[in-house]
Amino acid sequence: MTNILVYALHHEGAVNKNSLGAISTAAKLAEELGGEAHALFVGEDIADDTAGTVGTYGAKKAFRVKAPAGIAQPIVDALDAVVESGDYGYVVFGGGLLGFEAGAGLAARRGGGIGVEITGLRVEDGKIVAERPVLGDSEISDIAFEGIGIIAARLNAFEPVESGSPISVEDVDVTLSDAAGKLEVVTRGEQRGADVNIEDATILVTGGRGLGSAENFSVADGLAAAFGGSAAVAATRAAVDAGWFPYAGQIGQTGKTVAPKLYLGLGVSGAIQHKVGMQSSDAIVAINKDSNAPIFEFADLGVVGDLHSIVPALAEAIKAKKG
Amino acid sequence: MTKIVVLVKEVPDAAVQKHVDSSSGRLDRSGEKTLNPFDTHAIEAALQLKESGALDVDEVVAITVGPSSAVKALHKAVSLGADRSIHLTDDALAGSDVVGTGYALAELVKRESPDLVLAGQQSDDGQSYAVGAAVAEYLGWPGLTQVIKLDVDGQTLTCERQAEYGYDTVKVTLPAVISVGDAINEPRYPSLKAIMGAKKKPLESLSLGDAGIDASKVGEAGRKAVWTGSKQPPAKSGGEIIEDEDTAATVEKIVTWLDDRKLI
Repeated sequence: MTNILVYALHHEGAVNKNSLGAISTAAKLAEELGGEAHALFVGEDIADDTAGTVGTYGAKKAFRVKAPAGIAQPIVDALDAVVESGDYGYVVFGGGLLGFEAGAGLAARRGGGIGVEITGLRVEDGKIVAERPVLGDSEISDIAFEGIGIIAARLNAFEPVESGSPISVEDVDVTLSDAAGKLEVVTRGEQRGADVNIEDATILVTGGRGLGSAENFSVADGLAAAFGGSAAVAATRAAVDAGWFPYAGQIGQTGKTVAPKLYLGLGVSGAIQHKVGMQSSDAIVAINKDSNAPIFEFADLGVVGDLHSIVPALAEAIKAKKG
Repeated sequence: MTKIVVLVKEVPDAAVQKHVDSSSGRLDRSGEKTLNPFDTHAIEAALQLKESGALDVDEVVAITVGPSSAVKALHKAVSLGADRSIHLTDDALAGSDVVGTGYALAELVKRESPDLVLAGQQSDDGQSYAVGAAVAEYLGWPGLTQVIKLDVDGQTLTCERQAEYGYDTVKVTLPAVISVGDAINEPRYPSLKAIMGAKKKPLESLSLGDAGIDASKVGEAGRKAVWTGSKQPPAKSGGEIIEDEDTAATVEKIVTWLDDRKLI
């Protein structure tokens, strides 16, 4: 029997969709391995109802450890304690920053192997094989594990599937390591900038580092305005971290996942952390002066050129076309 | 006095066409190499802490694990402002996974007993984002990755980063392992004088035996995440590319493309 333990990321009473996806996938794999999928929560005040929902997605047990949320070390301590007490062959994280951090820490502590950015999992000869895209997703490597296998999934790799009903929660006491006591979360999930809505737009004009400044977002605004009511402006993490655009309008790994009918990237390089949040868009158009930008590998229409001259003219032409 | 260790890596130059060796699953790292661009942000962060006086830094040490060619990455690190460098190189290291590399780096860090270890957010080739966290675990130190703002008050760092739900602020007590995001700073360019002088700065080259590293925990012998095969992803029909030579013509082509798909 081999069980699978899944770390359940949560915030403000809701379990992260990627964690639920990881739980559903783990439940299916565990069945093939003759075991169960269990979920583990780490936080200060997690409601029974919140933790219990993992049962709906296939988990047979929900563990709750009272410790600070949002940092990796307490998660490593908690996972380590639960793995120690049961028959676990694998630990899975949905897409997320903490998955990479806590996953690497746990692999080091337990002498296991870690695969990151995993997009597929399957059972072969009674063991899990993880699929990891490499080299700009041009190739997929299969990874097997010796000792405990730690799997940190790529964002949106696994979809939540309802297959059961809510379960009761087991509290677990864990002694935290010295390192955990040397981290203190002061604020978590701070929203910076205006509350913009990018998830309901059918056309998204996205500004990246190549826009160059906050002021230059007017170029993106102008193009969105030309398309009309269903269009909105969004941004990459680089543009948001630079203070050019509100966090609420960010696409990608640590932002929103969107799938508009048309995505227009202006000066967007197309790093994997961005791609995972927009690759399901129906049509992807990229304008970038760097012909080596990764976005040209997956854009439906790529324009190699200076956005500052092209985009204002494009906005005018679209307005004229719409009449 | 404070010592900062910066973890760096040699990666293939961005312009080099990379591929995976079909027999071993390892990235073919032949061709022109360079210092991992993400690591230059870690070096810059160390220098800014030193120059601003935020930490009383007396030494910045660059450390790498890699083949003999990796000295070039160390020369670059030193030309950017590191005071000296350490190179762990041994045939037995080839094929190390994230955990094995983290173990080896942690052993090197222990020899230096610094107050702060800085790393880049990811390598430009392997892109695991995870080595810093493995190093922190082996040292038993607190660790935080993707940090984009770093303030120091005595032995406490106040770090900001963007995570799944917005911006987080976390206080970390030294000694600690911090991976910095590329938004933390704009790395400087080395001066010609610094480039010329880089080879004269101390560079210590160590084998596994020299560093007291257990060979069974690194390389192929120690790895627990094992490549077993490769396949091609489902083919996606290639996109259309327009090279802009005449703005009016380019705009017309884009409008036609959008109009054909009823997107206007």
